[in-house]
Amino acid sequence: MNYMPKLDRRSFVVGSTAAGLSLGFHIPFPDEARAQATASEVNAWVVVHPDETVTIRVARSEMGQGTLTGLCQMVAEELECEWSKVKYEFPTPGQNVARKRVWGDFFTAGSRGIRTSEQIVRKGGAAARMMLIAAAANEWKVPAAECTAANGVITHTPSGRKTTFGKVAAAASKIDPPADIKLKDPKDWKIIGKGVRRLDTPDKVTGKAIYGIDVRLPGMLSAAIKAAPVFGAKLKSFDAAKVASMRGVKKVVPVEDNAVAVIADTWWNAKTALEALPVAWEASPNDKVSSASIADFLKAGLDAEQAFVGNQAGDVKAALAKAAKKVEAVYGYPYQHHVTMEPQNATVLYTPEKCEVWSSVQDGEQGLAATSEACGLPVAKCEFHKTFLGGGFGRRSTSVDYVRQAVLIAKEMPGTPVKLLWTREEDMTHGWYHPITQCKMTAGFDDKNSLTALHIRISGQSILASVAPGRMQNGMDPATFQGFVKGGAETAFGYDVPNLLIDHAMRNPHVPAGFWRGVNINQNAIYIESFMDELAKEAGVDPLEFRRKLMGPYPKHLAVLNAVAEKAGWGKPAPQGVYRGLAQMMAFGSYVAACAEVSVDGNKVKIHRIVGATDPGYAVNPAQIERQIAGSFVYGLTGLFYGECTVKDGAIEQTNFDSYDMMRIA
Amino acid sequence: MARLNVNGKTYDVDVGPDTPLLWAIRENIGLTGTKYGCGIAQCGACTVHIDGVATRSCSFPASAAEGKEIVTIEGLAANGALTKVQQAWINNDVPQCGYCQSGMIMAVTALLKEKPKPTDADIDREITNICRCGTYQQVRAAIHEAANA
Repeated sequence: MNYMPKLDRRSFVVGSTAAGLSLGFHIPFPDEARAQATASEVNAWVVVHPDETVTIRVARSEMGQGTLTGLCQMVAEELECEWSKVKYEFPTPGQNVARKRVWGDFFTAGSRGIRTSEQIVRKGGAAARMMLIAAAANEWKVPAAECTAANGVITHTPSGRKTTFGKVAAAASKIDPPADIKLKDPKDWKIIGKGVRRLDTPDKVTGKAIYGIDVRLPGMLSAAIKAAPVFGAKLKSFDAAKVASMRGVKKVVPVEDNAVAVIADTWWNAKTALEALPVAWEASPNDKVSSASIADFLKAGLDAEQAFVGNQAGDVKAALAKAAKKVEAVYGYPYQHHVTMEPQNATVLYTPEKCEVWSSVQDGEQGLAATSEACGLPVAKCEFHKTFLGGGFGRRSTSVDYVRQAVLIAKEMPGTPVKLLWTREEDMTHGWYHPITQCKMTAGFDDKNSLTALHIRISGQSILASVAPGRMQNGMDPATFQGFVKGGAETAFGYDVPNLLIDHAMRNPHVPAGFWRGVNINQNAIYIESFMDELAKEAGVDPLEFRRKLMGPYPKHLAVLNAVAEKAGWGKPAPQGVYRGLAQMMAFGSYVAACAEVSVDGNKVKIHRIVGATDPGYAVNPAQIERQIAGSFVYGLTGLFYGECTVKDGAIEQTNFDSYDMMRIA
Repeated sequence: MARLNVNGKTYDVDVGPDTPLLWAIRENIGLTGTKYGCGIAQCGACTVHIDGVATRSCSFPASAAEGKEIVTIEGLAANGALTKVQQAWINNDVPQCGYCQSGMIMAVTALLKEKPKPTDADIDREITNICRCGTYQQVRAAIHEAANA
């Protein structure tokens, strides 16, 4: 059963009971109602059970990236509990709001899950340890400074007396939290830095793990939805009478001004009726937009006067004008779909007094806000239960349109839970696509074959303009320049060119753009690194040497590049017919590089090996980082070989895996 | 109506003649370990065993499964003991988001019954399920481990 916060003096709890609980809904996270009765919440992060198991609460979403396990490792490290006794649960955003955001941010994107919560979770674990030790010391009437904790056991060093977390947890929960929290020295870490197995794996190999799509409530109905195929188009009409007598159909409802949904006893029946439902759409100014018209629109931006400047040094214009040799190239990067394996869905129980949602989202608090906004009830009368996510990749970060739709549909059936599930086809054609851009790069060499000038002109779509216009800066989208920024610890450009200009002519087609795995690094890396190879060839210099000469001020960028070159055996001949290429980039606080070995047979590319390197700061769980890196290559290769989404008559043409394939095991 | 034998139990499910087995399993029987990914037998997330054969249940009518033995991911460790495939999945920490892994495990379990020691080429040919997280390296390692367990 889901955790309900204990009312204590540190809590600030509004009186809200989860309607789902009274209906007997079983939140499938691995701690049980019966343990709740006697479990002690030491602080927001740590609940200790009498059987010495410890439940660690994790605010961030788990969508495959392993953050759940990493954050538990960090709490456990400071807590000094026994790792094998760690369980986990997801607090709800409603509880977070009620408790003055004690868990901080729920937002799980941009590689922030670990790195921006490491302080708060480590302090949470350390504070809980200090309180448990203080409780034991109080009982023994000894100074807390004479006591230590390890593996869930507290020892009074002078006397050798011992007790356990489970025995003192109830007393610890009544102790004031410490004001001064000292974190462990990293050299003393025992769990952080270890590639321990994920906590969520057992439930993921037995079918027990619950994703949004799996939520089942008593008396629940299901809904299937069809939104206007052309982005921006409106619903004109539908003929509900034609499907009213079909199997299981309960109701046909318009959703906002651009979609229609069928509610039925089962989703299959809802979907079957929806397919039979006559629907008409209003004509839209976007009806004639195509990939070709979008390409023309972007192409004009490549030479446009007005552009936002993201990085600048020297005088590119002047340097190019007097260059001994100029090289120019134009690249493009298409729309791409996230394709979370779990299609978008949300389950909602609405009553005029309370609205409760279960769904797969990357930011529970945003899900809660979207719920409140859609149902019209204040946040305090809403609650949002996060499940596991069947993939996120950014799709479920800033755009929770499916939550809004589900709430609006459920509002038509007060008191009856309704699950909205998109078909794969609905999902493919109503995404928040990787933005489309083109890029024109112009480089100048002097007469000694040194690179003196580089102009990178990006033309195309802004993600922020699509999903979060409020975060733009004077009309500019800073995220466009990921990997191209001068210096800093977040997303720095790794080359030193005396005359440099990187600018963006923003061109926003009508197709919604969103954060896709890697965001704008995907195309920016391809643009700059492919062009670097072209420039090296033009200069007659080895591509690694060519880069190295420009990377003097950027030793961390260079270190990962050198690492892959060395491991791949760069400089030694590749096997007959096999070719190597390498690239580097820095984003989201991590430095990455890769060296690929490929061969080409006709129009078939075979990838023999990819050597990757990353410097992500300190590694909480190296085994999971390795899997993320390996998985990111698969995701990237799908993008490269299969990922293009094309536009015809204002709509996305690809509808399912038969027209949009993915990398498979071979 | 259809009478289905799933994981050794008999269920009478109220479904239309064209309802795919996937939805009878998920919605009527309530076993949600078997996933919906595409509905057109392309991704394999819905893979179950029908009389021991790995089958994409999204494109297999429930009515056609009457009288057959259906096994879902929940039925693999029915007696509480994980199968060697599930254990290899845990040992190799295979799943990331995990959504495709029920289908992946069912496909691999059927493969190992046919070919107890599959080669990489066998795996390439037979395991065509989509994993968007890209766990393929771990999947392959776990298959070999399970085959040698």
